[in-house]
Amino acid sequence: MKPLTEIGQLAEHYDLAVVGAGPAGLSAAARASELGLAVLLVDENPEPGGQIYRSITTTPVTDRAVLGVDYWRGADLVARLKRSAAAYAARCTVWSIAPDVESDGASFEIGLSLDGRARLITAGQVILATGAQERPFPIPGWTLPGVMTAGAAQIALKSSAIVPKGRTVIAGCGPLLYLLAGQLAAAGAEIVAVLDTTPRRNWPAALGALPDFLRSPYLAKGLKLMAKARRSLRFLGGVTSLAVEGSGRLSTIRFERGGASESIACDTLLLHQGVIPSVNLSNAAGCAHEFDTVQHCWVPQLDDWFASSVPGIAIAGDGAGIGGAESAALRGEIAALDSARRLGRITIAERDNHAAPIRTALGRTLRGRRFLDLLYKPATQFLAPIVDDTIICRCEEVTAGQVRDAAKRLGVTGPNQMKAFLRCGMGPCQGRLCGPTVVELIAETRGTTPAEVGYYRLRPPVKPVTLAELASLPQSEAAVKAVVR
Amino acid sequence: MSRPRRSADVIVIGGGIHGCSTALHCALRGLSVILIEKDHAGRHASGVNAGGVRQLARHVAEIPLSNTSMAIWHGIAELVEDDCGFTSDGQVLVAENEADLAGCRARVEDLNLRGFHHEEMIDARELREIVPAVSETCPGGVISRRDGAAIPLRATQAFKRKASEMGATIREGVKVTKVERDGANWRVVTDAGDFFSPRIVNAAGAWADRIAADLGEPVPLEVIAPMLMVTAPMPAFIKPVVILRGRKLSFKQFGNGTVLIGGGYLGRAIRDENRTILDWGKLATNAKTVWDLFPIMRGAPILRAWAGIEARMPDDLPCFGPSARHEGVYHQFGFSAHGFQLGPGAGAVMAEIIATGHSNVPIDGLDIARFAQAS
Ligand SMILES: Cc1cc2nc3c(=O)[nH]c(=O)nc-3n(C[C@H](O)[C@H](O)[C@H](O)COP(=O)(O)OP(=O)(O)OC[C@H]3O[C@@H](n4cnc5c(N)ncnc54)[C@H](O)[C@@H]3O)c2cc1C
Ligand SMILES: Cc1cc2nc3c(=O)[nH]c(=O)nc-3n(C[C@H](O)[C@H](O)[C@H](O)COP(=O)(O)OP(=O)(O)OC[C@H]3O[C@@H](n4cnc5c(N)ncnc54)[C@H](O)[C@@H]3O)c2cc1C
Repeated sequence: MKPLTEIGQLAEHYDLAVVGAGPAGLSAAARASELGLAVLLVDENPEPGGQIYRSITTTPVTDRAVLGVDYWRGADLVARLKRSAAAYAARCTVWSIAPDVESDGASFEIGLSLDGRARLITAGQVILATGAQERPFPIPGWTLPGVMTAGAAQIALKSSAIVPKGRTVIAGCGPLLYLLAGQLAAAGAEIVAVLDTTPRRNWPAALGALPDFLRSPYLAKGLKLMAKARRSLRFLGGVTSLAVEGSGRLSTIRFERGGASESIACDTLLLHQGVIPSVNLSNAAGCAHEFDTVQHCWVPQLDDWFASSVPGIAIAGDGAGIGGAESAALRGEIAALDSARRLGRITIAERDNHAAPIRTALGRTLRGRRFLDLLYKPATQFLAPIVDDTIICRCEEVTAGQVRDAAKRLGVTGPNQMKAFLRCGMGPCQGRLCGPTVVELIAETRGTTPAEVGYYRLRPPVKPVTLAELASLPQSEAAVKAVVR
Repeated sequence: MSRPRRSADVIVIGGGIHGCSTALHCALRGLSVILIEKDHAGRHASGVNAGGVRQLARHVAEIPLSNTSMAIWHGIAELVEDDCGFTSDGQVLVAENEADLAGCRARVEDLNLRGFHHEEMIDARELREIVPAVSETCPGGVISRRDGAAIPLRATQAFKRKASEMGATIREGVKVTKVERDGANWRVVTDAGDFFSPRIVNAAGAWADRIAADLGEPVPLEVIAPMLMVTAPMPAFIKPVVILRGRKLSFKQFGNGTVLIGGGYLGRAIRDENRTILDWGKLATNAKTVWDLFPIMRGAPILRAWAGIEARMPDDLPCFGPSARHEGVYHQFGFSAHGFQLGPGAGAVMAEIIATGHSNVPIDGLDIARFAQAS
């Protein structure tokens, strides 16, 4: 591996650029490099690992039991990258990917920033391995200090060995909820309750997918996690509503279950409603997306090789649809094989041969996924918040009621039109936090589906870049000459 | 359920600010209207532009239309029941040096001779009073005090909504594939069946050349993709919109602090896919201009950049008015990156021409016939 620490050290051109150094990106970069491609792997984090193996090379958490065996598996992936010839730029953010105008679409122009300096480079092929994000989970009062996402708490734990202070409640649904609760408890957090919002009525739909789940690698792992969480933590299931109370700061979480209202005094509330692919970069790069009704989220349209609708851009890992860390790594390899094939470095037959055993393994890791997706599908009241005052766009402080009103009274039919009226999705997060909720609210108000409503058309830069960074980009001659009005 | 209407007094092709405005003004004159839009109203240039409502620095051929429009903008809420986010803090053209300033002076004198007084010279001191943040070295400029800005998609949708309330039929998601004569009517062929009308308005923006070609009036329309950038909120530091004489720039701060940076640098348009590709090299030049002129902006985070698909004519002037070949055909396109301000007024003038055969607002020089021999 060739570590790059300054933006000037990047080459003008790479055969393949991989964005994201989680399991998908690490495997993709290593495999492509092993096949002889000139590879650049970039990630905005200071260390490789992605979400699951975050800080794997630097974490101060030394007790292996705290983060569990799965976490430590990441070290092998990083070691493989280190053995490869791939270039790796940490703390490097990709803010734009587009067909290179000059090369007439034969390569991509990639905008990156490192240490406050921007650069444009080109790459023949691109693999987006930007992973997942937590599903937005707006409830009344969630913007008060003391409330954060469970994933944010995990990031603090992995990267800095920090655990939330005081009485802590975790609320939400999904397999990661139990994992996060378990990790935090093991690290010494005072978890006073786990409020499980998994809708009981999901069971009938999920049961159909149970046979596969029973033969899947998730089963043993999941049962162990559940058993441990239930044994050691106060576990309250069937929660149907949540609201944060407190003046200036969270003091109480109020909730309903079985029709009765209850409350718990706490200092920290961790919210989690599963994870969804982070589609901002792929969306802004022009890749077509569709609504996956099982995972209930937007996913890129991909073929068997994880190639998107934009020729030359592939999307691997959880960004291609939630599949977990092991499948992410396998998807990364498959995408890398096809990149090598597109670049003419291996033949179709070679690609298919290499891919066959990986596909078998991938099938195994994904078996049982459907059961989890159906069982942990969030309840509609958490997807489209019922209480009108609930803030759904933090950047512009837009409420659920405002979105409903615009959809009803002004006839706004989609999230892009909604921007003009409420500015939701136009703040620094570019809709990452409000997009899914805005879509749900419009669909609900207009009596249609998220698929019909559509999603934001996102624009680069996908992450903010300063004016000074942009101004310092080398000035092209054509641009300087273009001074006619 | 009543059957969707298939014929009307007027069919408007295109739901940009121009199509929607013409539809509304036709409806206000009692004409029945069908507006056909292939995507949704405001999806293209009219929904993504800089929102600049500018009389400043317009070509003289456009000034009468622009004046008519400005009068409407200042009463926009009465017309469409939505203020469209319109604010009027003026627009200033900044001269960066003495040569720029001399050019400004000549221009204002020429306008005055023609009887137009909306542009006024300002000296370095007044410039600094109005735009304190501008670089010290700028010697003055020109101001148009009634100018301002509005929110593009919101304005376009307000026109659409009001037109619909006045009885116009709005068909979104319907694409016109062909227009042809059918006896006394025009047949407008779409992917949702045929529509009929004695009069059609070609307000199809960057796609209008195709309709014109169908009508035997080909035009040298260029499809362009002007780009814009917007920053995170900054402390309030500037009220009017600023444009430059020497370099490309259009610059304004909204009430919420965000700053819009444009000026007409072009990306690439792929019109058949409704898609644009940004040219970051040119945006960097755009950023460099701001870096030079407004030091306060250097650390501003750019949150978004985008481009819109727009029609440009070789002389940077629209095709506006009756067809040169056919009775009952009207053209309203080719606004060459400055048609948003013109929308409200152009619709009013077009509706007047359709309803009465003429308008007192001069539109000389905008006739489609000017391209007849060239093609
Ligand atoms: C908060 C959170 C915590 C999770 N924790 C666990 C867990 O403990 N166990 C588990 O099994 N699964 C966990 N998951 C699910 C999980 O993310 C995976 O299954 C796995 O990490 C997916 O791997 P990946 O390679 O697809 O993406 P990731 O591991 O998410 O890696 C994506 C990488 O891309 C980088 N990136 C994204 N955009 C850019 C950009 N524009 N420029 C530069 N770099 C960029 C990110 O910094 C990140 O390092 C978690 C998910 C989330 C959202
Ligand atoms: C980035 C940018 C910044 C700008 N800034 C300003 C500014 O600050 N001030 C200003 O005054 N102007 C500005 N402009 C110019 C202004 O936006 C345009 O001149 C104006 O919006 C043109 O309006 P229109 O109705 O002609 O076109 P459009 O808004 O493009 O509308 C045409 C419509 O016709 C539809 N259509 C096309 N073909 C068919 C078909 N076959 N069937 C059905 N429908 C069809 C299209 O889908 C489209 O919606 C800017 C433009 C851009 C792109």
